[in-house]
Amino acid sequence: MTQHQLAAHQQHPVLSVRGACKRFGSVVALDDVSIDVHRGEILALLGDNGAGKSTLIKCISGVHRLDAGDVVIEGAANVLRSPADARSAGIETVYQDLALFDNLTPAQNFFAGREIAGPRWLPRAIRFLNKRKMDEQTRSLIQSLNVSLPHLDALVALMSGGQRQAIAVARSAVFARKVVILDEPTAALGLRESRKVLDLIGALRDRGNAIILITHNMEHVTELAGRAVVLRQGRKVGELVPTRDNKQELVSMIVGA
Amino acid sequence: MTGMDKPLEREVAEPRAAAVANSDNIAVAVGLKLLGAGAVLILIGLVLVLSLLSPYFLSPRNLGNILAQTAVICVVAMGQHLVILTKGIDLSVGSNLALASVLGALSFHAGASTLMVVSVMVAAGAAVGAVNGLFYVYGRLPHPFIITLATLSIAKGIALQLADGRAIPGMPPAIRSLGQEAFAGLPGSVFVVAGVAGLMFVLTQSTVWGRWMYAVGGRADAAVRMGIPVSAVLVSTYVMSGTCAGIGAVLLAGRTDAGSPLFGNLLELDTIAAVIIGGASFLGGRGHIGHALIGAIMIGVIRNALNLLNVGVFYQLIVIGVVIVVAVEADVLRNHLESRMRVLRAETGP
Repeated sequence: MTQHQLAAHQQHPVLSVRGACKRFGSVVALDDVSIDVHRGEILALLGDNGAGKSTLIKCISGVHRLDAGDVVIEGAANVLRSPADARSAGIETVYQDLALFDNLTPAQNFFAGREIAGPRWLPRAIRFLNKRKMDEQTRSLIQSLNVSLPHLDALVALMSGGQRQAIAVARSAVFARKVVILDEPTAALGLRESRKVLDLIGALRDRGNAIILITHNMEHVTELAGRAVVLRQGRKVGELVPTRDNKQELVSMIVGA
Repeated sequence: MTGMDKPLEREVAEPRAAAVANSDNIAVAVGLKLLGAGAVLILIGLVLVLSLLSPYFLSPRNLGNILAQTAVICVVAMGQHLVILTKGIDLSVGSNLALASVLGALSFHAGASTLMVVSVMVAAGAAVGAVNGLFYVYGRLPHPFIITLATLSIAKGIALQLADGRAIPGMPPAIRSLGQEAFAGLPGSVFVVAGVAGLMFVLTQSTVWGRWMYAVGGRADAAVRMGIPVSAVLVSTYVMSGTCAGIGAVLLAGRTDAGSPLFGNLLELDTIAAVIIGGASFLGGRGHIGHALIGAIMIGVIRNALNLLNVGVFYQLIVIGVVIVVAVEADVLRNHLESRMRVLRAETGP
């Protein structure tokens, strides 16, 4: 048994993508890409614009379907037909555009599409919302993640960029059971707000989730990520453990120089 | 210790900035609250002014008149509200009501029971609504304007054809008395309005379906990603709007003791105006059933008052048009204040 096989036996990845291929017309967005992520690990997904990062995570979160290859969740190959499929498989995604409802409160955003409601004998759509329970769960989650949201009953439309980002990340924490994917979660934030979101991502990892983090910020990569995968022109061109010393190596992999 | 200096400096500087931003914050918050309650305040002001201008305005007889006259707009506007909540529009409500009333009258003359006649009208309304919703969603039309404009024309054409262009007199006695008689001092139609309003309120505010409508209206693409059945929700709002048009047909047919292809002329204007004047947002996802009711009653009050004050019928259209512009501007202002609030919160920090 080789060293590599031994390592794989010791810890099964919670999510693997095997031989992922995806084309859009004549454009090859993904070409035979394979990645593994483990529980309690942050995997940085790096690459220049158009490298295929977003396509890859959209395939994992059920927005696109792979042309070839498998998404394997805890050892079983899954066909993810829709974002709802991915969510019920335990994969949560924090989209770059946040996918928040401005006209709803944080609690209403958290539970959108997965409202707590009863009684069970009614068809799902006409069940009555259990608002108190949803509010309570939101409150305790906000507390346990150490997010400061002073206006929990205000509309998300009235909240600052950092607060909105925190709400989107915290929402993924409500239901994440296996994997959380974050697409450039700090791109639009200032320093102080970025810090808070990074802490939040750490908290999600500590809860036993596998995290896939897309970012262009090398500081964040070396600080947080246990491993980094680099994509270029739809191919995986490298994988290493990011440290301060190999930052330059990572950057040259990304730009292909 | 030099490390102490920095936090001290910040503590001195920040409260001052925060205090300035805070007073702005309060002003913006008060502005938002006022806009939220705006329609109610305007309605109360209107009623006060009118009761001074005309001694008849507040008489029970006149108030009963207003309620009876606005009942149809109220019911249909509540359906329209659901459609507007999901960023749509239903232009077909007037023609839909006309077709439903004609089918009701024809079925009555064919010997249908009262219950059957009511069912025919409500089902006809729902069916036209279903056509709207299904074509809009599954026909992948860019905007519901198009399909509901088409059914406006088609339903009107069918109604005119079936009724040979004339009103068909005759409705079952029960429907007639619902539209014409008073119960416990209130027009019968008021009870129908209250019943529909109660159901709609529970549906939109307390059920999963209602929450989905708000989510779809707020951001349809996010709703898809959150696993909300967006297509079904959209279709359901058009079916509800059509159903309300059918209920409106029952009320109007009862009041006039007839079914007519000429019913519901410009009802789309009145109902859309009611929803917008009441304070729901054309941008989707905002407002509740009370907004539609207040808007409808406001239109009724304005019409009634202009009549009492002997202002010509033509001016009524102009006044209502002006009120619509004011209401939409208030919506724009609200959006502006919300983004201002967001900036303020970001500056002062949480």
